[in-house]
Amino acid sequence: MNYKKDFPIFENNEISYLDSGATSQRPKYVLDKIQEYYNNSNANPHRGAYSLSIESTEVYENARNRISKFINARYKEEIIFSKNASESLNLIAYSYGLDNVKKDDEIVISIMEHHSNLVPWQYVAKKTGGKLNYMYINDEYELSKEEIESKITDKTKIVGITHVSNVLGTINNVKEIIKYAHKKGAIVVVDASQSIPHMKIDVQDLDADFLVFSGHKMFAPLGIGILYGKKELLNKMNPFIMGGDMIEYVYEQDTTFAPLPNKFEAGTQNVGGVVGLSAAMDYIESIGYENIEKIEKKLVKYARKELSKLDFLDIYMTPNEKNHSGVISFNIKGVHPHDVASILDSVGVCVRSGNHCAQPLLRYMGLDSTCRASFSIYNDEEDVDKLVEGLKKVYNMFEKYIKKG
Amino acid sequence: MDEMYDEIIMEHGMNSYNKKKLDKCDFCEKGHNPNCGDDITIELKLNGDVIEDMAFTGYGCAISQSSTSVMIDVLKGKKISEAKEIIKTFIDMIKRETTDEKELEKLEEAIAFRNVSNMPARVKCALLAWHTMEDLLEKNGK
Repeated sequence: MNYKKDFPIFENNEISYLDSGATSQRPKYVLDKIQEYYNNSNANPHRGAYSLSIESTEVYENARNRISKFINARYKEEIIFSKNASESLNLIAYSYGLDNVKKDDEIVISIMEHHSNLVPWQYVAKKTGGKLNYMYINDEYELSKEEIESKITDKTKIVGITHVSNVLGTINNVKEIIKYAHKKGAIVVVDASQSIPHMKIDVQDLDADFLVFSGHKMFAPLGIGILYGKKELLNKMNPFIMGGDMIEYVYEQDTTFAPLPNKFEAGTQNVGGVVGLSAAMDYIESIGYENIEKIEKKLVKYARKELSKLDFLDIYMTPNEKNHSGVISFNIKGVHPHDVASILDSVGVCVRSGNHCAQPLLRYMGLDSTCRASFSIYNDEEDVDKLVEGLKKVYNMFEKYIKKG
Repeated sequence: MDEMYDEIIMEHGMNSYNKKKLDKCDFCEKGHNPNCGDDITIELKLNGDVIEDMAFTGYGCAISQSSTSVMIDVLKGKKISEAKEIIKTFIDMIKRETTDEKELEKLEEAIAFRNVSNMPARVKCALLAWHTMEDLLEKNGK
């Protein structure tokens, strides 16, 4: 099955797009649904008494319902719309973290967190007098059971963990981490940004307390993100952003807040984005996660094999294929990733280079940056071949200048 | 692209003789591009108002490293006032604000970076050293 043809961007660009970990492309189906909304149903939801506004409200709330089912949330009001995963994580840090972490309490995160699941926790720790502790990776770029169990303690109040590393592609066993953290009395925040485009997420099965993701990495438009939170936690939390539509009564000096989910959705919301996200979920379900996993696993296996043949490459990935999602970081020994990415660009291969918003991880690995290729269903073996050819070209250009030793 | 990575940029970018520490320096300044991780420190030794010696340390891509090294070659031995003019011309060239050939002659070997003006993603790499040098002079009242 050729899914590339579902994505108009590939009709307009002759590229091997290997940066879906940064943002995915969007299928025509999603783009059409967004346009359809703006053509037929656009008005400010929750505001007007006229039928078009009511229709817009319905579209918005139906999408919430649809999204709650997609991740198997118990209640639809457990789905809060945000701008992206970063905003969702900030909401949790400010509204839950600041009020629930006390002096000497511990927040535990992994060294492979994206800055968005790291910097807010530094802030909470500093503000509350809590401690921020890290779970480090082993030689296989994974978190060992021993490491997890030695870092999560009786003092731990919050555990922040990414489901899939955006640098290493390592799939963390979040279900086990959550089970252990709950035993210790901590709540767990899961960053599913890099996993939900590739694998089925069931928040009840995971028993996640909070789970966040961005729409734009899973075929939805930019600017829409999700915060899932257990109802009993969300109910106890204070609002994060205040303003219109999140209130019940506003007096000159006091305000009572709206119930969930509106309490956390101040201001006019991104209905077009919500429609796009809901459509992206339709698209994923039309292919099926099982199918997606099958296609991507085969492709990643091929990429692992072909890249491993290049002896001038350092590759940073777990040897355990079953714990590895569609992200591969690598460097040409002695050549800076920016040069590699620029030259790959000149042969039509798009890869990310830099620190991938994960400076503490790269520092821990003794690196300042890497190249990163990440895969999606529209990629094929030809894209991998073009990447390999491009890397050979870079190596040939640099070979005689690379310092050996 | 292949023209961009020419002999000058490769030699200066990968194995520069200017990449060292000076025994004694008057001023030094650190510059970095947080998004890509390019990180350099420029050292400067003056003799009156003449740049007597310069060197740099740090790491980054071939464009940022070679641009730093070539800048040092060009600015060494120049008066501060001349150096400032050359820096301005280089920045203008990269930003495509000047194409005046006569003006660009001032840049000597640094004209090799002209093509970077066609590579928006690499402009920051090429300019890092020159902006850092600008800051160094400004901060020290030169």
